[in-house]
Amino acid sequence: MQNFDFVKPSSVAEAVAALAKSGAQALSGGQTLTPTMKQRLATPDVLVSLTGIAELKGVKQNGGVLWVGAATPHVQVAKEAAAVFAGLAGLAGGIGDPAVRNRGTIGGSIANNDPAACYPSAVLGSGATVITNKRRIAADDYFTGMFSTALAEGEIVTAVEFPIPKRSAYAKFNQPASRFALTGVFVSQATDGSVRVAVTGASNNGVFRWKAAEAALTANFSASALVGLTVDATDMIGDLHGTAAYRANLVKVMTGRAVTSSR
Amino acid sequence: MAKDFGIGAEAKRTEDIRYLTGAGNYTHDVNVHGQAYAVFVRSNMAHARIKSVGAAAAEGMPGVLAVFTGEDFKDVGGNPAGWFIGSRDGSPMKEPKRPVLAHGKVRHVGDAYAAVIAQTYMEAKDAAQAVADASEFEELPAIIDMAQALADSSNRVHDEIADNQCFDWGWIEDNRAKVDAAIKAAPHVTTLELVNNRLIPNAMEPRASIGEFNPGTGDYKLTTTSQNPHLTRLLVAAFVLGIPENKLQVVAPDVGGGFGSKIYHYGEEALVLAAAKKLKKPVKWVAERSESFLSDAHGRDHVTKIELACEKDGTFIAFRTETMANVGAYLSNFSTVTPTFLHGTLMAGPYKVPNVYVNVKTVFTNTAPVDAYRGAGRPEATYSLERVVDQMCRELGLDPFEVRRKNFITTDMFPYTTPAGLAYDVGNYHATLDKAMELADVAGFEARRKAAAAKGKLRGLGLSTWIEACGIAPSNLVGILGARVGLYDAATVRVNPTGNVSVMVGAHSHGQSHETVFAQIISDMFGIPMSSVDIVHGDTAKIPFGMGSYGSRSLAVCGQAMANAADKVIAKGKKIAAHMLEATEAEIVFSDGVFAVSGTNRSKTFGEIAFSAYVPHNYPLATLEPGLEETAFYDPANFTYPAGTYLCEVEVDAETGKVDVCNFTCADDFGNVINPMVVRGQVHGGVVQGIGQALLEHGVYDENGQLLSGSYMDYTMPRADDVPFVTVDHSCITPCSHNKLGVKGCGEAGAIGSPPAVVNAVLDALNRGGHKIAHIDMPLTPSRVWSAMNA
Repeated sequence: MQNFDFVKPSSVAEAVAALAKSGAQALSGGQTLTPTMKQRLATPDVLVSLTGIAELKGVKQNGGVLWVGAATPHVQVAKEAAAVFAGLAGLAGGIGDPAVRNRGTIGGSIANNDPAACYPSAVLGSGATVITNKRRIAADDYFTGMFSTALAEGEIVTAVEFPIPKRSAYAKFNQPASRFALTGVFVSQATDGSVRVAVTGASNNGVFRWKAAEAALTANFSASALVGLTVDATDMIGDLHGTAAYRANLVKVMTGRAVTSSR
Repeated sequence: MAKDFGIGAEAKRTEDIRYLTGAGNYTHDVNVHGQAYAVFVRSNMAHARIKSVGAAAAEGMPGVLAVFTGEDFKDVGGNPAGWFIGSRDGSPMKEPKRPVLAHGKVRHVGDAYAAVIAQTYMEAKDAAQAVADASEFEELPAIIDMAQALADSSNRVHDEIADNQCFDWGWIEDNRAKVDAAIKAAPHVTTLELVNNRLIPNAMEPRASIGEFNPGTGDYKLTTTSQNPHLTRLLVAAFVLGIPENKLQVVAPDVGGGFGSKIYHYGEEALVLAAAKKLKKPVKWVAERSESFLSDAHGRDHVTKIELACEKDGTFIAFRTETMANVGAYLSNFSTVTPTFLHGTLMAGPYKVPNVYVNVKTVFTNTAPVDAYRGAGRPEATYSLERVVDQMCRELGLDPFEVRRKNFITTDMFPYTTPAGLAYDVGNYHATLDKAMELADVAGFEARRKAAAAKGKLRGLGLSTWIEACGIAPSNLVGILGARVGLYDAATVRVNPTGNVSVMVGAHSHGQSHETVFAQIISDMFGIPMSSVDIVHGDTAKIPFGMGSYGSRSLAVCGQAMANAADKVIAKGKKIAAHMLEATEAEIVFSDGVFAVSGTNRSKTFGEIAFSAYVPHNYPLATLEPGLEETAFYDPANFTYPAGTYLCEVEVDAETGKVDVCNFTCADDFGNVINPMVVRGQVHGGVVQGIGQALLEHGVYDENGQLLSGSYMDYTMPRADDVPFVTVDHSCITPCSHNKLGVKGCGEAGAIGSPPAVVNAVLDALNRGGHKIAHIDMPLTPSRVWSAMNA
């Protein structure tokens, strides 16, 4: 790691100003950035911590919407979303280990958009809205590919608003070494009965919706509705932990398991 | 002797107090006044000619004291292979020089070609980056695949070795034609092609070294993470740097795991010594974890074809093995013996098979050197044998338990010389099989399988009956076979004037519990509390000599040396007691810490005798030296042959291919056991490593020689939730016949016996579930299992 300056603003406005400086980089929970810096793959001159900003933290229910501040650690989401949004709470409680869950944040996860991260599937799989210091972005417009998002330079994720579904679940198959998602599937059934299925870990294009499954499950919310479906392996990731065909299989298996365990 | 601390007692480990309270003293805990820091500049290419090393780029950078390159070491010696192996055609093995720093070419990713010494670690790190950025290479095609390496002479790891082959070894070559004929005539032959996957040792403590030089005396000191400080001294002093051994002290303080990877001398140790001398400053180096992945000696990496010829009733006729063994880019110290004599000689297993032949070709590739890793050759042998036996049973519809029983060497046949050249002294293989079946409730398996099937899981039972040769090794024998060292060990037992005891042993403890176990033996022999005994190890200035800890040899070789030295102490004590008690030596008996005149109540305690030896006022000075300290060197008459039966039950998730190890049962014959708790712990650790090999761990290079599994993001170490509770039993005991302690060694057993038990269990589950699959290569990852099921 190389030397850097560290600032910890207490408001979004101050953070935006700090990030305008040359070589500045936002730091949330640091679960990706810190190891990257230790390997000298990232060498920011200034780290701007977002975790001291009160307005970026918390889990709040407002009618049918669950607001989660961007700097809220996973452990807090796992606890405070449990009563109203089981799928989201279960996902948050299964990320990494206790140390990761106490440092890592939802904003950091979706700003980085690692193709094997868990949170992007919840955001996309429940049709959430990503709120930044500048605008509101629908999940379908936010994730634009592996490690790629609609965020502009200097734009900060401030919160995510989730429509609270009727039922939901996240089913993750661990990559054996890192225990990131080799394939993770988030399934939600909205209050109007419509279903979303979002898959992480599997595709070369990052998180994606499995629309054929959404249609089948909207008609019949049961694992048996998936029986006749196939998943195209063409764009799936193939690496030493799993072939593309294996990941395509996992998409279907884990979707079924998410449906069965949803509540 | 009360069994709370003597031989056989479950004594708590004395070393745990310092380990568990953070009071250990590892190499990185050692800081020498004025020390500078070394950072190595490592190749990020697998194979390249060095056009220029950008050492000048570091000059003048903050804190930089020196930059070393391969040029600085081109006139010193290479790091040698410790064992000579001849090829089948009579030609000697190829031994390319392994330099301190790469010179001319870099040969694997992580090959160090320069080292920067600076005042601080960060300054050295910055300067190393500058050197790397300024260095120029001509990249060459990487040689990764062994078969291709042997076939393609146009691309060479070492320019002088045309076919990239180190040797082509046949064991036993004279038996080859007979074995071939037996297989040709056999009623049934089962053939398996299998890969013994490359493993990366991942000791918890990374390698680290501190070099010191005293200009006043000319003395060097190397503090280093070593399993065998005397061997390191020999290699770095006599072979590489040309330092007289009497001018080099090697200290291996607390060492956080080795598993083989810290047996060997590495170039970093020579570099810090040379740098310390040049700069007249202590120089410290500590590996980063990613350096460990790239530069520690890896393990296994065999590609094998094994054939088992048998009668239709499963009676074995012959085993024939052809193996390609990867040695990586350079020969590490034990790399030539591991795939040969530690592998081929075990290819009869615990079986009375009349014909065995093994051919091993060792291959240079642009990968990290491969050397002995827990088990070293014997896991490879056991895996090949137990897999092919299992497959034969499936092909012929035979019961795998009964086939083992039918082919086991029986107790009336010992000593038994196998066609692979070893002379097993004792054993009882039927006993461990029966014990394991009882403990694992094999009779209840079918009910458990049905219960699993009801949950949609495929349950299987896997068996492995293993044997190893350890207690390494009889020097005269290994000398004939090519060893360039002796493999005895040594100990000094020093009774201090007040009756407590310091024992200096050649075996190094880096997790094996010597400080407890060896003290139990002395406590038992002398009749004194364990708290009065200190075990001293890991310092060439303190201990008499030692060949170190590996090959499950510490207790069977060094422990016996220590017991022999203790016997000498007792013999001398009897002479002193006879004088003090005005009796003849023959009348003195020693028991429970008391020297007594037989049949009388006249006696002296151990402490009184010790005091008299150092304050010899009433002492036979005319015939006996004062003092009470004895040294013994012990060279074993044979290997020891621990053996056992391992049973594994797994459940396979048919939808995902994920394997859960439900339970694991070990019934081992280790001979006599000094501390059952320590033995259980050793077996637990070995089994976990074996499960890791079978299901999780894999060192993978891509075709360009980049290590794909070069961090914990991709290299799967076994974690607590990957392994079941392991049942360990060592109640089947046939004491070793050729050491007085009757011990065999238990350090490697778990890692040797377990991989085939796990793989056999998975294949049993799949075949019972209707999937006709002969073999899946380790590690049996979910993707591999699912792909085999859906091929």
